[in-house]
Amino acid sequence: MRRVRADKITAAVKKLCIDANYYLPEDVVDVLKKGYEKEESPLGRDILQQILKNIEVAKKERIPLCQDTGIAVFFIELGQKVQIVEGYLEDAINEGVRQGYTEGYLRKSVVSDPLFSRINTRDNTPCLIYTRTIPGDRIKIVVAPKGGGAENMSRLCMLKPADGVKGVKDFVIQTVKKAGSNPCPPVVVGVGIGGDFEYAAYLAKKALLRKVGEYNPDPRYAELERELLAGINELGIGPQGLGGRITALAVNIEWFPCHIASLPVAVNMQCHSARHKEVEI
Amino acid sequence: MQSEIKLTTPLSSEDVERLKAGDKVLLNGVIYTARDAAHKRMVEALKVKKPLPFDLQGQVIYYVGPAPAPPGRVIGSCGPTTSSRMDPYTIFLLEAGMKGMIGKGFRSDRVKDAIRKYRAIYFAAIGGAGALLSQHVKKAEVIAYEDLGTEAIHKLEVKDFPVIVVNDVNGNDLYQEGAKRYSRVDFLF
Repeated sequence: MRRVRADKITAAVKKLCIDANYYLPEDVVDVLKKGYEKEESPLGRDILQQILKNIEVAKKERIPLCQDTGIAVFFIELGQKVQIVEGYLEDAINEGVRQGYTEGYLRKSVVSDPLFSRINTRDNTPCLIYTRTIPGDRIKIVVAPKGGGAENMSRLCMLKPADGVKGVKDFVIQTVKKAGSNPCPPVVVGVGIGGDFEYAAYLAKKALLRKVGEYNPDPRYAELERELLAGINELGIGPQGLGGRITALAVNIEWFPCHIASLPVAVNMQCHSARHKEVEI
Repeated sequence: MQSEIKLTTPLSSEDVERLKAGDKVLLNGVIYTARDAAHKRMVEALKVKKPLPFDLQGQVIYYVGPAPAPPGRVIGSCGPTTSSRMDPYTIFLLEAGMKGMIGKGFRSDRVKDAIRKYRAIYFAAIGGAGALLSQHVKKAEVIAYEDLGTEAIHKLEVKDFPVIVVNDVNGNDLYQEGAKRYSRVDFLF
């Protein structure tokens, strides 16, 4: 067994939270630059230019790209030969969030109860954690700070198997169309197909972690990603929904086997500030 | 590139009536922040005829919950939040004298009608450009509902704060017009 102290995880999480909110992944920056070249709408180009400038300002000034620094969502891959000592994994992660969001001057956007009191917890905890055990003795930690604007435009549908590829396409494109200007386009569209009700949603979120511009390794799904991206960019919604060609930067699909009766499809919307960062311990 | 119109708050009906959807505006003067929780409290106050934390006449409300100010800065990142969440409260504030709103995303038909009726204006700021927008804020202080944290009402002094007119007094809507212009499919909202 390899022993890892809980405070080591806390320190790593703290840094991850801050860095993810200050620095946008290079693949996203590259696709935004390409979008700027392709955009036909003068206002759309102007907006993309300001979005690119914003990335520079955040980096230089060390302030968050967006005031909505999100609820922190974690994907953990825990090697089964790792033993966490002197603390519990989820407590260690939450403590890292608490420290990162406080010391990095990130916004605290979590309320203690969703329906009745809605009191801000003032330290952005609790975070959301999905843990998977894997072979080996390493821990991979990925954080995706998820803002509310795009998340609120996400949808899930239990299609019939007979709806097939067309059903999936229609649902994804309708979701982006309905979202319009709200999720801060240009967006990244995460699509989860298969599994079951909640697993499809999990896959849709996980799809957002893949680099933009990289396609699904299965050529059939890669083709569907290309078709969906082209279809979405025909809508004309454009940067910030004010009209233009570049409505989406990428469509990323993740899939999983499912029940003979089911075809679950989830669409997780992600704004242009497609933030995520990972570290391995 | 079209030129930008400079405006100073508070806004008059005359200021607002000459604006049209698509205009780029640079706002100067004082604007007030409020999002979901502050709207709820303000509208509850109006319903029982209690005074609001600030005089709404001619004022512009910015839908934003800023990130905390790091040392040496006036404010943290401060871009707009989704406006439609404020739609259930907006008409009460327009009735009470509010003249402008800054946010992002489309408004309900009822709000658009009220914008015409009360001669008001809805501006979009660029969502997700909060770091850039923070450079246009010269002063910031919390003036009410401090317990709400980021959702408290902040009084901001802004200089050339860049916004785009979306909904004007003549019923134009830049979200619909923009998407229609570039759509290659049968596009209906």
